[in-house]
Amino acid sequence: MTRLAGGLIDRTRTLSFTFDGRSYQGHPGDTLASALLANDVRLMGRSFKYHRPRGPIAAGSEEPNAMVELRRGARQEPNTRATVAELYEGLEASSQNRLGSLRFDLLAMNDLLSPFFAAGFYYKTFMWPRAFWEKLYEPIIRNAAGLGRLSMQADPDAYDKGYLHCDLLVIGAGAAGLSAALTAARAGAQVILAEEDFLLGGRLLAETHLLDEAPAGGWLAKVEAELAALPNVRIMRRTTVFGTFDHGIFGAVERVADHLPTPGNGVRQTLWRITARRSILAAGATERHIPFANNDRPGIMLAGALRSYANRWAACPGQKVAIFTNNDDGHRTALDLAAKGVEIAGVIDTRGSVSALGNYPVFVDSVVENTRGRLGLKSVTVRSGAKNFDLDCDVLGVSGGWNPNLHLASHHRARPVWNDTLHAFVPGENGPPGMTVAGAAMGQGSTAAAMTAGASAAVAAMEGLGLRAAMPELPRAEKADANLYPLWHVPGKGRAWVDFQNDVTVKDIRLANQENMRPVEHLKRWTTLGMATDQGKTANVTALAVMAELTGKSVAETGTTMFRPPYTGVSLGVLGGGDTGPHFRPRRLTPSHVWAAERGAVFIEVGPWMRAQYFPQAGETEWRQTVDREVLATRQGVGICDVTTLGKVDVQGRDATLFLDRLYANAMASLKVGMVRYGLMLREDGLAYDDGTCARLAEDEYVVTTTTAQAGPVFRHMEYARQCLWPELDVQLVSTTEAWAQFAVAGPNARALLQRVVDNFDLSNEAFPFMACAGLTVCGGLRARLFRISFSGELAYEIAVPSRYGNALMARLVEVGSDLGATPYGTEALGVMRIEKGHAAGNELNGQTTAQMLGMGRMVSAKKDAIGSVMSRREGLLAETRVLVGLQPVDPALPVVAGAHLFTEGDGHSTATDQGWITSACYSPHVGSAIGLGFLANGAMRMGEVVVAANPLQGGEVRVRVVSPHFVDPDGGRLRV
Amino acid sequence: MLIPHPLLGPRDAQEFTYLGDAALLARPDGMAEGALGAFIDYVYLRDNPAGVHRELWFHEQGDRSWLVVTRNTVTHEIIDAQLARDVALARKGAVA
Repeated sequence: MTRLAGGLIDRTRTLSFTFDGRSYQGHPGDTLASALLANDVRLMGRSFKYHRPRGPIAAGSEEPNAMVELRRGARQEPNTRATVAELYEGLEASSQNRLGSLRFDLLAMNDLLSPFFAAGFYYKTFMWPRAFWEKLYEPIIRNAAGLGRLSMQADPDAYDKGYLHCDLLVIGAGAAGLSAALTAARAGAQVILAEEDFLLGGRLLAETHLLDEAPAGGWLAKVEAELAALPNVRIMRRTTVFGTFDHGIFGAVERVADHLPTPGNGVRQTLWRITARRSILAAGATERHIPFANNDRPGIMLAGALRSYANRWAACPGQKVAIFTNNDDGHRTALDLAAKGVEIAGVIDTRGSVSALGNYPVFVDSVVENTRGRLGLKSVTVRSGAKNFDLDCDVLGVSGGWNPNLHLASHHRARPVWNDTLHAFVPGENGPPGMTVAGAAMGQGSTAAAMTAGASAAVAAMEGLGLRAAMPELPRAEKADANLYPLWHVPGKGRAWVDFQNDVTVKDIRLANQENMRPVEHLKRWTTLGMATDQGKTANVTALAVMAELTGKSVAETGTTMFRPPYTGVSLGVLGGGDTGPHFRPRRLTPSHVWAAERGAVFIEVGPWMRAQYFPQAGETEWRQTVDREVLATRQGVGICDVTTLGKVDVQGRDATLFLDRLYANAMASLKVGMVRYGLMLREDGLAYDDGTCARLAEDEYVVTTTTAQAGPVFRHMEYARQCLWPELDVQLVSTTEAWAQFAVAGPNARALLQRVVDNFDLSNEAFPFMACAGLTVCGGLRARLFRISFSGELAYEIAVPSRYGNALMARLVEVGSDLGATPYGTEALGVMRIEKGHAAGNELNGQTTAQMLGMGRMVSAKKDAIGSVMSRREGLLAETRVLVGLQPVDPALPVVAGAHLFTEGDGHSTATDQGWITSACYSPHVGSAIGLGFLANGAMRMGEVVVAANPLQGGEVRVRVVSPHFVDPDGGRLRV
Repeated sequence: MLIPHPLLGPRDAQEFTYLGDAALLARPDGMAEGALGAFIDYVYLRDNPAGVHRELWFHEQGDRSWLVVTRNTVTHEIIDAQLARDVALARKGAVA
């Protein structure tokens, strides 16, 4: 065990866990990575392309290498960074992207084949033969170059979404963030402090800096206690703010239960949408490495990460440590590790005149040129001036300076700008409105500077909100300068990794330069730099600097790519929140749902609704039997169908008539009170939009219906017409779809059945003719509306009662009509009967058809200015010859398939010879064969002709005869009896 | 995004449905001479500015108001929001 002294781990408790099946022990406060390192395990994964042995290089969310499959079974989660996975009792993890064991990965031969996997290899190597791509190359590459595996099981955990509002959102709880939160909180502002770690403190947890001459822990505890006690502060640990969106809105994921074996009855993660009036980005900085040959061996880490492991987690990945640095910060690691009793082999410093801060050797003017050790570092080759020597060490800390974590400040287009003093990109102008960046994220890296910047930013933010805030008394802290002298990579022959996760080396960048892929956006795509799950947090700036060097430009001239959300990976599960399975969207139930469910109805989703599809009876073994029975029972007796889902809109006002006349393409002004008319709405471009009925209940009162699918959009369209086009009209709209339960009562016995429920109402053909409507009462005083309209082609009515009586009315109608053959029917029979009658529905009103195609061209009135009427008379639309026809197979045993295309017999089947298509098809018990509706070129003149319905997708073709679309009662006599 | 509803204050953009350019308020007279040409422009021709844009939003999950929102398409800054009804009435008053 390589446990050091100290650290923020709870040694009084021991946690057992396994990695690749072997058991280990750690402590609460450990991450999986720190616990493995403390157990002398530093080989944690294989690289993406070359399958090189890899260990962690970082200690936080920027980690590119140490990715594991965490948990087992349905909860198995691939690509989890071991550096941020909190240890819990019984944790199970395994390494990924390997064939065989982690130590002897068979795919490591890819490393020998590396010349084939250079930048752009996708575009070059596997071009020929073309057919091999899908069948051979891609499966092999996908298998070999990869990440972790999914469990392929449903996620058993629950997720949630929530909304938060605050005056100030502080992102990051390090020295800057804590100072900012404290300042704003004391001023009385509503503050949210979000921290991705499970502890507050940021780098203060990983350093040995003194605050007021005492360890930082004391100050941290004091500040945390004060913030926790204030009611206006919400501290959110384990919460990553992953995106900055418009108008002060932030996306954040709180990992509520990822540190527990299972979430129990709670949620695993919560997606928060935080609306903040002001924000302070105090996300710190990420250390960068310096590429040199074979710089990817386990044991080579960022110097700051070594410090984190030693100081916070009391772990060191080896016995003898060397440091390679171009700044003073590297020396701190040597000091801290030496203080913990770790042997320091030496500090290899690129700069000329530096001296040791403590008792360790320093090699000035020196670089690391190469390394040895197959599964872990054994020694490094140092070039010091003109001479080379090997230095034995099993750990190498690399420090190339720090890159501000400015991602969230540039999610809004603001480009980072290069700072020549800091040798880093810092947030530029035009950042998100209301956001200030403070601390190391702004390049203010010393503890003292970060604290002051955080507090000042909060004072300014409060001022902007009209609150008075005072600078808090901040502890005395270090304010050392890093004295960085930039070195971006060590030139040499071997492969020097820049992007560890996607295996991009200095050579790849050189190749991109040679192949003229120099602009940053090209470089990124050609080499896949920064496109792995870590998004190049430890790689991008270094790669830009290397490209700058190769092209002889400055880094500032070379530019940088933009950042987009998310800052770190967000699981799709939490983005879905609770909106999964039956909760994907609200389900609307029809008023007679309970009755239908008791009758054993089969339901189907229709838009947001669950509708009865058919009502099977004992002995019916197949759905067609049921549907055929329902159709015949309706046509011979009487059928009842819940049609509540059709949209209903009440239209009232002095100008209601004029309004509807402009809304519908056909004339509405002439509609008399007490009558109903079919109405066709067009879009303004002249194509058919929706149809329904328009019933005039009084001089200034109408109720119009829409199709089920378009109920929402048509209501929106009507409001648009009312508010935007004709606001001067005195007309009011209200959607009453849910207010009225409505039932179609259809069939020769419909009148007899209704007579049994209406109160003293004359239903005779003379008193209440076809297309009449009236308000009345039923069942002894229940308010109702009756419409004599028919979708089935039979004598039919639709009766509406207040929704809460719908279930009872359905039951009553079926009960009192038993001797009349009253039969409930579902959407299937409804569909069959409307196809038999030749009525258009959603399949015909699909947004590509016109009134003329629907056979209703003459209905479009030229005497008024209705929506779409002018454009419907465009030359191109008038030249359209396809019209709605009926189709019947010549061989009655053959099926008709909707979607099939129509061709003249003897013609080939191509777009050029296409004559139209079949929109709707069903088996018609009335006709005794399959039938269809479709649009056919010059259809009206082709009655009796046999055409071919071809179905190239599923194969097969059927000869069909062109007939009238009205298979039932073409002259409409049944409607008027 | 937040939309400052003139009656209800700032509302989440998710409550709204977007339609498009507020030029749609200027619907041509279908009975006038040359109506077809005017409608072809009205239906198909739109400016696509990088910058300030007036557009129609419908508060569908709210009070059913149509709004004319003035938005900068580059920065998403919302400069103004008015009831479309008021804008349309003012326009018609000006035209008449």
